[in-house]
Amino acid sequence: MRYSETGVNLEIDLETGNIERVRTDPELMHTLLGGLGTCVKILWDRTGPDTKPFDPENPLIISTGTLTGTPAFSSNRTIVCTISPKTNLLAYPMGGGFFAPELKYAGYDKIIFSNKSPGWVYIWIHNDHVEIRDAGHLLGTGAIEAQDLIREELNEPNAQVAAIGTAGELKSLIATVEMGRGSASRLGAAAVMGDKKIKAIAVRGTKDINLYDGPAFVEHLREMRAFVEHRNANRLSNKYIMTIHTGVGSPQAMEIVEEKWHTTAFAWGNARYRRKDFWTDEIEEAWTKIQYGAIQRFISCYACPQQCGALIWHEDDPPYMAKCFSKLSYLFGAEVEDQHFTWKILSKAFRYGVDSFSTPQVLAFAVELRRDGILSEEEFAGTDAYPPCPPPEDKEGVFLWLLDRIGRGEGIGRVLALGTKAASEMIGKGAEAYAHNLTKGEEQMIIKLGMLDPLYFLMFGTNEKQSVPQIEGNWPQDAFKEYEDRVEWVKDWIHVPHERFKQYFLDWNPKSREGGENMNPHYPTPKIASDIVDWMEEAHNYDDSLGLCCGMGGFCLKPAYHVHNYYKFVSAATGMDVDEFQLRKIIHRSRNLHRAFNLRRGMTRADDKPPADHWRHRFPELEEELLTTYYNFKGWNDDGVPTRLRLEELDLGYVADELEQLGILKKVNPPTREEIKKWEDHRTETWGY
Amino acid sequence: MAKKIKKIKRINVNADLCNGCRMCEIMCAAFHATPQFSIVNPARSRIQIIRDPLKDIWLPVFAGEYTPAECSGRIGYTIDNKTYDECSFCRAVCPSRGRFIEPDSGLPLGCDMCQSDPTLKVPTCVDWCIRDVLTYEEREVEVEEDEAQVKLDEMKVGLAALANRYGLDEVRTAVARMSRDE
Repeated sequence: MRYSETGVNLEIDLETGNIERVRTDPELMHTLLGGLGTCVKILWDRTGPDTKPFDPENPLIISTGTLTGTPAFSSNRTIVCTISPKTNLLAYPMGGGFFAPELKYAGYDKIIFSNKSPGWVYIWIHNDHVEIRDAGHLLGTGAIEAQDLIREELNEPNAQVAAIGTAGELKSLIATVEMGRGSASRLGAAAVMGDKKIKAIAVRGTKDINLYDGPAFVEHLREMRAFVEHRNANRLSNKYIMTIHTGVGSPQAMEIVEEKWHTTAFAWGNARYRRKDFWTDEIEEAWTKIQYGAIQRFISCYACPQQCGALIWHEDDPPYMAKCFSKLSYLFGAEVEDQHFTWKILSKAFRYGVDSFSTPQVLAFAVELRRDGILSEEEFAGTDAYPPCPPPEDKEGVFLWLLDRIGRGEGIGRVLALGTKAASEMIGKGAEAYAHNLTKGEEQMIIKLGMLDPLYFLMFGTNEKQSVPQIEGNWPQDAFKEYEDRVEWVKDWIHVPHERFKQYFLDWNPKSREGGENMNPHYPTPKIASDIVDWMEEAHNYDDSLGLCCGMGGFCLKPAYHVHNYYKFVSAATGMDVDEFQLRKIIHRSRNLHRAFNLRRGMTRADDKPPADHWRHRFPELEEELLTTYYNFKGWNDDGVPTRLRLEELDLGYVADELEQLGILKKVNPPTREEIKKWEDHRTETWGY
Repeated sequence: MAKKIKKIKRINVNADLCNGCRMCEIMCAAFHATPQFSIVNPARSRIQIIRDPLKDIWLPVFAGEYTPAECSGRIGYTIDNKTYDECSFCRAVCPSRGRFIEPDSGLPLGCDMCQSDPTLKVPTCVDWCIRDVLTYEEREVEVEEDEAQVKLDEMKVGLAALANRYGLDEVRTAVARMSRDE
């Protein structure tokens, strides 16, 4: 009897059309849990250092998490895992909504696609019935339209559908997999789906998921519900924190209009400049009318008590569902203040199926290249297929025109669809300098500040998702000025792994022009910064393996899920006898395997860094010290490679062997007894195992 | 005619507040599992959300009575400019659709507002709807006691007791003999 998981993967060879239901090794749940943890293992086993993203051997995995489909709040993440054609590292974008739970109820923990289909297809999964169906007639449809068309065609109104739009069909590296309420956006995984000629996957499931100790599980859930209701009634103070982050769940960007923090601190245009005076009463009044006019209803994802999403009915724009930062990202990129523009362009963007994080930057990048003559006006001229680009003054029109070119694969759109890095390389003529907001080939958060921030230095540099909201969250973004406010904050901060984190916070002063103790860039110190970043990353890793929305865990201040209760849900659901320290070890195992995977693909210490212009004031020596301290803290050598000692204690000796063979892990003398003791003491003190 | 007090249980559904999280489906199915909470499967739920997200339709519907035949015609509704599927509001377990049918046995599901021992304060779905889409109330009404119905009910109780005591076969045989003799 399998608990919380189905114990079955669906293996589909698109070239031969062979479909198999394969029982998985029950041991894997105990060593790697599920979700991202087991996806990484599959990628490690089935690819080599030279496997290219568009090789047939690159698997495309659609995965649930260990807790997906259980009553655990927000256990709804669908993970799309493959080798990224954008970064050449692991891609694992995730989307919320309802797809993964449905897949689990159909009886599958994962769908693993190998090879490529000779023609365009979509997959229909209805419990034991699995079919590869022709999708030729669906080509050219939007990612949103395709979902409804497929449901109609199958006469299955309750089917969940994950689909790519025309951007994915064209293998754009900024394409997304849209799943109704959720979107798996980053790192170009949708391009692999397009490369394999999968237009969509439809699923309907009516089978059972077993819970090991249902009554205990429900007790834990009641406790969590009480906490959520308490937090809903008692928002955190927004004195030092973004208003949209004062609740629980993903940022409440749909319910809340006030965006002073984002609009005055983040960077407009092609991530260039701040507008410190942007947020005025007039803007707030105007945006309130527009935002609430556009929102028809607040909506949730599967099993989530919060409602951070919204159904958008805006003017004549075809309806869609939205949430979070996409409310702002196109406004920032286009340098437009009229919020109507956001709702209008998102309707198109989600239908083409493009990433709301990267695409505005790609468009802004094109605008700059046009302005500076690197892209000539010829590229913006009309053809038989499309009208000319509006003049630069028509910022909205220009953005819409460029988005159409990308979505339809026309003209300059074909190049821009590759993201700023590849586009700049193809365009040449100095365009590379305009692709300035990248880490490892992926567009980063649009923020350019003055002073180096040691926590964000480590997070931007080392997070394996190349997306900072996927590593940050539990630690406040700024220090609190008044000491009493800090004392108040730590009073109910049960979420910290250990009391020492409270002291770090109490000692932390906000930066000030006059300088002083315990402030950026020297505090948090490299050792403390390592501890804090390691904690934040760990929280996300639980979410990613368990299939939980990070809005309830890793990407939330004082969240519902934290290191002191993840294990309770895991135990009750799966029957695994784990405490918080044993569960942490499992998470660390998959995290280190993940690191090893990216290193095997050629990532090195030199890549672990934020964009060069991320802060005006950089401290190269301190930055090197931060990185080395962080690496060593995690049990990695100075190159950022997990040591053999660390890998072996995580039962990843075979990984150490391979990394040594490839010359990635430098062979060193075996550690002395003292060195081993030093590491083990650090490990036990820091992580409790 | 005697009067008796009848308790009417009612779940109020504010469909305008539903945001489609399906916790009600999940918990209803889990509550009714044997052992309780051991299985999660919304297809076993007695409450199901009719969803058409882009059209802003989220309508919780409860399993009602089983019917052996589908309706001979269909009725569609448009309310506030939203067009609901012709069978949306219907609670019946009906051969025309797969709703409210146990996925493995094919037996009909029916909502009994969580009759259980011990009794719940509110039905499970109401308990777990965080958004107050579902609220529960009980009210008492006085009804005429139907003498004929009471006598019939009493007789049925008596028969059931006899069947329990002597076995249904014995009772059947006795009734058959009585009919033959008549």
